[in-house]
Amino acid sequence: MKQFIIFVKKEFYHIFRDRKSLLIIFLMPIVQIILFGFALTNEIKNSNIAVLDNSKDEATLKIIQRLDASRYFEVNTYLHAQADIENIFKSGKVRMVVVFPPNFYQSLLHSNKAQIQLLADASDPNTATTITQYATNIINDYQQELNGQTNIPYQIQPQLRMLYNPQLKGTYNFVPGVMTMILVLIAAMMTSVAIVREKEINTMEVILVSPLKPLLFIVSKAIPYIFLSLVNLITILIVSVTILDVPVKGNLFLLMAESLLFIITSVSLGLMISNFTKTQQEAQMFSLMSLLLPTLLLGGFMFPIESMPWPLQAISNIVPSKWFYLIVKDVMIKGLGFSQVWKESLVLVTMSLVLLFISFKKFKTRLA
Amino acid sequence: MIAITVKNIVKTYGTKKETITALDDISFEVSRGELFGIIGPDGAGKTSLFRILTTLLLAQGGTATVDGFDVVKDYKQVRNRVGYMPGRFSLYQDLSVEENLEFFATIFNTSIQENYNLIKEIYVQIEPFKKRRAGKLSGGMKQKLALCCALIHKPSVLFLDEPTTGVDAVSRKEFWDMLQNLKKQGITILVSTPYMDEAALCDRVALLQSGKIMSIDAPQEIVKSFKGQLWAVRSANMYALLKDLKQYEGTISCNSFGEFHHLLLKDGTNEKELLTYLNQHQHTSIELKKTEPGIEDCFMQLMNKN
Repeated sequence: MKQFIIFVKKEFYHIFRDRKSLLIIFLMPIVQIILFGFALTNEIKNSNIAVLDNSKDEATLKIIQRLDASRYFEVNTYLHAQADIENIFKSGKVRMVVVFPPNFYQSLLHSNKAQIQLLADASDPNTATTITQYATNIINDYQQELNGQTNIPYQIQPQLRMLYNPQLKGTYNFVPGVMTMILVLIAAMMTSVAIVREKEINTMEVILVSPLKPLLFIVSKAIPYIFLSLVNLITILIVSVTILDVPVKGNLFLLMAESLLFIITSVSLGLMISNFTKTQQEAQMFSLMSLLLPTLLLGGFMFPIESMPWPLQAISNIVPSKWFYLIVKDVMIKGLGFSQVWKESLVLVTMSLVLLFISFKKFKTRLA
Repeated sequence: MIAITVKNIVKTYGTKKETITALDDISFEVSRGELFGIIGPDGAGKTSLFRILTTLLLAQGGTATVDGFDVVKDYKQVRNRVGYMPGRFSLYQDLSVEENLEFFATIFNTSIQENYNLIKEIYVQIEPFKKRRAGKLSGGMKQKLALCCALIHKPSVLFLDEPTTGVDAVSRKEFWDMLQNLKKQGITILVSTPYMDEAALCDRVALLQSGKIMSIDAPQEIVKSFKGQLWAVRSANMYALLKDLKQYEGTISCNSFGEFHHLLLKDGTNEKELLTYLNQHQHTSIELKKTEPGIEDCFMQLMNKN
């Protein structure tokens, strides 16, 4: 126990005496949030949508067919009741639900007017805006076609509703993203660099030739960075709630617990990286290439995973960030409970256990 | 009582294409309480040997024991018993003197107070700077601190890999005085150095060259085994003198040694003939005298033989 305490104390000395790195660690979250405020636009392909058709007539059928035929949408669920809408959004299976009122075609023929409701999941506001725009265009096309045939000015009015994020705040989208990125970077990169530094400055030689157990070494290396990451998490949440007006809708403790889980996954990744790198620079480069890029590209918060070709979609499954991003979005933005995110949590738990096991097994008790 | 045994140790590095033999069938024994020196130039295999004995590297062949424990099979026991000071300075530069010492004491399951008497003599010299970060210490003080850290858990065998490299002459002498004192406390010390003059301070030395031991003996015995009469020569132009001496037909070997050149002549070569030869080559203020060989002369002789 004494060994453990002195080791952790030593790590904190390293961290707090390296003023420059410390500044970077604590300022990075704030800078990142500001940087990522410039939201990115992306093209959306094959978004899954659901349909609630209360009319089931000639016109609704045609509109559904057209939506499905376009390259933007994939109609994959037909709903039967209003109550199903919320469930399907919570399951995350669809990005938009199209609702036709009863007697759609009838009212179109008799009063020349009909309404369609487009409900979009706006926790990702860019995507939500884009897909409702696409859907509106397709419906307008159909309307013009009808008008061309008969010379009667039919009007189909799409009504848009943005769920979860009615003001379409871009911040709703990138707060979970930045959180994911910061946590994975700080936890994984800092841990790997901290271990590799011992190899580089040769203190590892003396530590190996000591009665200190490998497990104790690994754990005491990880603890300080888990702590630092938690501090960062709190910074991000405070900035997000006070400055960006993005509230934590779900349970704060659930969010913290899930974040702690993700931090542990990231630290395990860092331990793994430290096993096969020899210099701090190498560890840093490797962390950036193997963690930052996949997090940015395949994490789901910059580019929707559904629009990617299937090999990339498959690869995205092994990126821990993807799972954590889903959890944060569900818990923080949508306010869902543990019952909705237990699967993602289980994936992270499994990943951590596997990574920890490998890095412990691969820990070198000798120099070569 | 044997503290260290090394039997037929072989260590090679590299791939299938190209292998470098760092240690080639090395065997020796060190008695308990002995101050044993491994003397050899850079690249002779000193560090590889130390790393094998401190369980950090695995040898390709041979066996070794430290304090009765096999360095491969019982490596955990070995790690509990040895103190190790690697060649490159291995302390935390951003931790103070006191913090470094406390850290190493604790990870070895002891405390500074418990074994203070062991390091006291060394530690009092750096104690005035105990709040200073290790990175800001001078070379000699860093070595003293590193020695304290390696000693703090009262090891039965102490491994010091080139402890005096890069340290000034005064600190080197102090350092060796400290080793003599530690020896009196019954600690077995294995020390490596590229400085031949330090060999004389060891109980016994092994001369290591290109992974092979050329000789193991007490330093004075090694000096006695030197064959032939050694001459010290100097003149006004030392550079030309070295060149001319090497070209002289009666010369076996000639090496530069500070203000003199050390010269070994073939049997039957007369010193008067040599003086005539040097005069012919316009050397002035020539001084020629008999001299006693040092370890370095022996090392050179053994090296040339192989």
